[in-house]
Amino acid sequence: MPDDSRLICAEKVCKTYQTAETAGRLVLDHVDFALHEGEIVAILGKSGSGKSTFLRVLAGLTPPTEGHVAYRGQTVEGPAHGVAMVFQTFALFPWLTVLGNVELGLEAQGVPRAERRHRALQAIDLIGLDGFESAYPKELSGGMRQRVGFARALVVNPDVLLLDEPFSALDVLTAETLRGDLMDLWLQRRVPTKGIILVSHNIEEAVEIADRIIIFGSDPGHIRAEIPVPLPRPRDWASPRFRQIVDEVYALLTTAPGREGGKRGQRPEPIGIGYRLPSASIQQLVGMLEALAAPPYSGRADLPHLVESEHIEDEALFVLIEALQLLGFAQTERGDIWETPVGRDFAEADLQKRKQIFAERLKSGIPLAAHIRKVLDERPGHSAPEGRFIAELEDHLSEEEAREVFETVINWGRYAELFAYDYDRGVLSLENPT
Amino acid sequence: MEQRWGLPIVAWPSRLRPNVWDGVALPLVLGAVVLVAWASQQMNVPYRLGEALPISLDPRNLPEYGLRTVLRMALALAASLAFSLSYAALAAKSRRAEKLLIPVLDILQSVPILGFLSITVTGFVALFPGRLLGYECAAIFAIFTSQAWNMTFSLYQSFIAVPQDLREAARMYHLSAWQSFWQLEVPFALPNLIWNMMMSVSGGWFFVVASEAISVAGQDVKLPGIGSYIALATEQRDWGAVGYAILAMLVFILIYDQLLFRPLLAWAQRFKVEAIGADEVEPPWFLTMLQRARLFDLLRRLVDYTALLASRVQRAMPRPARGSRPSLVAPRWLDLAWNTALLAGTLVALGYIIGFVRSEVDVREVAHVVLLGFITLLRVVVLIALASLVWVPIGVWIGLRPGLAHRVQPVVQFLAAFPANLFFPVVVSTIVAFHLNVEIWLSPLMILGTQWYILFNVIAGTLALPTDYQFVASNLGVSRWLWWRRLILPGIFPAFVTGAVTASGGSWNASIVAEIAKWGDTTLVATGLGAYIAQQTEKGDFPRIALGITVLSLYVLLFNRLLWRRLYQLAEERLRLD
Repeated sequence: MPDDSRLICAEKVCKTYQTAETAGRLVLDHVDFALHEGEIVAILGKSGSGKSTFLRVLAGLTPPTEGHVAYRGQTVEGPAHGVAMVFQTFALFPWLTVLGNVELGLEAQGVPRAERRHRALQAIDLIGLDGFESAYPKELSGGMRQRVGFARALVVNPDVLLLDEPFSALDVLTAETLRGDLMDLWLQRRVPTKGIILVSHNIEEAVEIADRIIIFGSDPGHIRAEIPVPLPRPRDWASPRFRQIVDEVYALLTTAPGREGGKRGQRPEPIGIGYRLPSASIQQLVGMLEALAAPPYSGRADLPHLVESEHIEDEALFVLIEALQLLGFAQTERGDIWETPVGRDFAEADLQKRKQIFAERLKSGIPLAAHIRKVLDERPGHSAPEGRFIAELEDHLSEEEAREVFETVINWGRYAELFAYDYDRGVLSLENPT
Repeated sequence: MEQRWGLPIVAWPSRLRPNVWDGVALPLVLGAVVLVAWASQQMNVPYRLGEALPISLDPRNLPEYGLRTVLRMALALAASLAFSLSYAALAAKSRRAEKLLIPVLDILQSVPILGFLSITVTGFVALFPGRLLGYECAAIFAIFTSQAWNMTFSLYQSFIAVPQDLREAARMYHLSAWQSFWQLEVPFALPNLIWNMMMSVSGGWFFVVASEAISVAGQDVKLPGIGSYIALATEQRDWGAVGYAILAMLVFILIYDQLLFRPLLAWAQRFKVEAIGADEVEPPWFLTMLQRARLFDLLRRLVDYTALLASRVQRAMPRPARGSRPSLVAPRWLDLAWNTALLAGTLVALGYIIGFVRSEVDVREVAHVVLLGFITLLRVVVLIALASLVWVPIGVWIGLRPGLAHRVQPVVQFLAAFPANLFFPVVVSTIVAFHLNVEIWLSPLMILGTQWYILFNVIAGTLALPTDYQFVASNLGVSRWLWWRRLILPGIFPAFVTGAVTASGGSWNASIVAEIAKWGDTTLVATGLGAYIAQQTEKGDFPRIALGITVLSLYVLLFNRLLWRRLYQLAEERLRLD
């Protein structure tokens, strides 16, 4: 059935990253998606869920391993004319002035100098950068830099705007202003753009902007849920409908691993050695458990509320919650989090007792930690080179992720005094330095 | 706001009216054009081998000689730039080419520059029979070989380090491969490249004598230039002329510095991706002139316009859809075929070299040359160690005083450019007068030009140490020895290793000019591979030159792989500050 309102359409998109030795790792698994004319879609997911990769596949920056992407019916084989992108890191050329950066896309298209200048000045005007034309990016604040990023994208009159976490490198106030300005341009139809895809990890931002929210699940990345946001604009963050949708999204994003689709209250499925452990630091975990145990929460909290009053970033929160769940310190349901009895014991214990509890939880809840301990116990010298564990992890994860997971488990293991690690020699052992 | 280089210009006729800076710019430009035209004409005069080129020790000739040397250096620098841009671009773009080009570059870098000269000079002369131009080309090529390789490495490393997000932005906004090369990759590489060019030019000066006083088949050809002047002065034991040569070099190095590198360095600041640091350099007068004089404004518009035309022409041509590196899943058999071809080529070349050398040289001589190489290796190691003992404390002392450090920098740059030959008189006279051991006392010449890299890097490393560390140390009442061991030495280690690598590479290269010293009729020879190569070059014995150069290159390669690279890794992994 031909659907004329589809701007971008992805069918059964798979993406595998091929490494030298391993067979390849699946990052995106059969993703179907369409962006329709006149809508803003937000893509949410934990870090590592492949949402940024998916955006790059749509942009034509990286080809899908399987499946098909089309822009206005034309197969995408490289960045399409009519699609512009705004980057999290701004990606401005530091040796060009604001004007030079904005003109870049026009210059590449071979637009004559006079017209180029005219259009660039218009875009600069539109995004509120007047007076900064001759400034270099390093002279500007983060917010102003991202405005240049937007001007550079808008000046080519894009049909589709792809936003890759454009506000996440900015402070809260700056992000809010810029977001508001963008929404004004969109709602007042002052830009010819017909559709926007926003990749984000900020839930409230997504609910404010989007007509539809797509939630990505991890390992491999897939579409886990789709939530329409039928709220009138401008949207009121405090309205009950708004809060309800925010709660719904929180609930979806914080469901324990392996529990999705399962019955409530069911025990989480056990995880394997190659599970991508969330890289939560001990300080954060302890801080969170202590905050939860204390008033006003006294063991149970509403997640959006917790985020706001404890000043946690959404992304950091997901990492923390997953770690707390894996360790059995807390559980979540429908956007709420509460401490388990073990979590409460931990929060109330002294340092030595905490280490004991943590060590027990590692042994029972984190197979990788248990595995390392077991190997060290069995070895005659009670020591083993890091290489063997990293190699085992690389069977399941990319090189970079394996490193990260290894660092996390070392961190946790050191705190629990489950094992010791010598950085210089790259050796794990049961002895502490004397 | 102040008008900056490359800033978009809105067309106002009044902007093109001459101003005060044009008063300086116009004579400078016209004068330079006339001088260059005259000097290039001089390069192409008829010449036959055996004819004596008139070189006079009259100091009044020095400006002319200096000009011709500077012109050679400029041409070599331009050639190096063109070479390194294309070579590095190819290596960075194609995975297969990379596999061949990078190791080749590694080896080229370890071949002594005189080796290139002795092997290629006959070819250049044959290109322009009966003209001096052939010798000029050989000299320029010799200077080129002292500059091109490390410039290429610097470019290649920058090209592969271009941030991913900038690459994506360039693709997203449809910059063609050509456009993103000039708009993204080259600008990103510029700061490092310019720094490297500065160092390279110093290297060129160091070998100025060797590149201008060429010996072909036992015949000496002295091209008019400062290098030949120095060579003649050493032959005739003219202390006065040596003094004049030093003075002239000082002046020309200063001119190079003022007119080329200070402006370039200041200008390159804006190409740095990270935010401006506190030590932003004062805009040099020459750059100010370039930016202010309307004459250059006009030129710039001309360049802009040409670029626009070029991009139109370029856009009219079809281009491939994807401009990035080929994907990792290229067909296996193609890789296999390429690897096999590489291996076959290597084996054939190796067989050819062995055949060529064996036609003249027996195994015992090969063993002897390897032994000579070992002696030179010992010299390099001992000298680097001694130089480190001397310069690390001095460098730290200077580095702790930032004001002093900034004044010392140009001086060190000059010292690095000082040719070893200028010290021959002093060293030879001293050795003869006091009956010193040649094997020991000639050696310092090897490290004469290169020790400064150690000093230079140690100063930079000390400057970069956060002052917090020092506050902590003095707060804890750390003793002198502990302060060195726990704070300073680990802190400057990465910078020190970089300096020592450069110094050791340069010392190997310098061994050829430093193991034989001449002052008039007195020739002092130290046992070593450098002296061996120099002697064979004088005789024109190609198989033995090839043998000497191969062995030297192998030593450098092994030394780099086994020692420096490991230290480098250690520095990278353990002792980085961030």
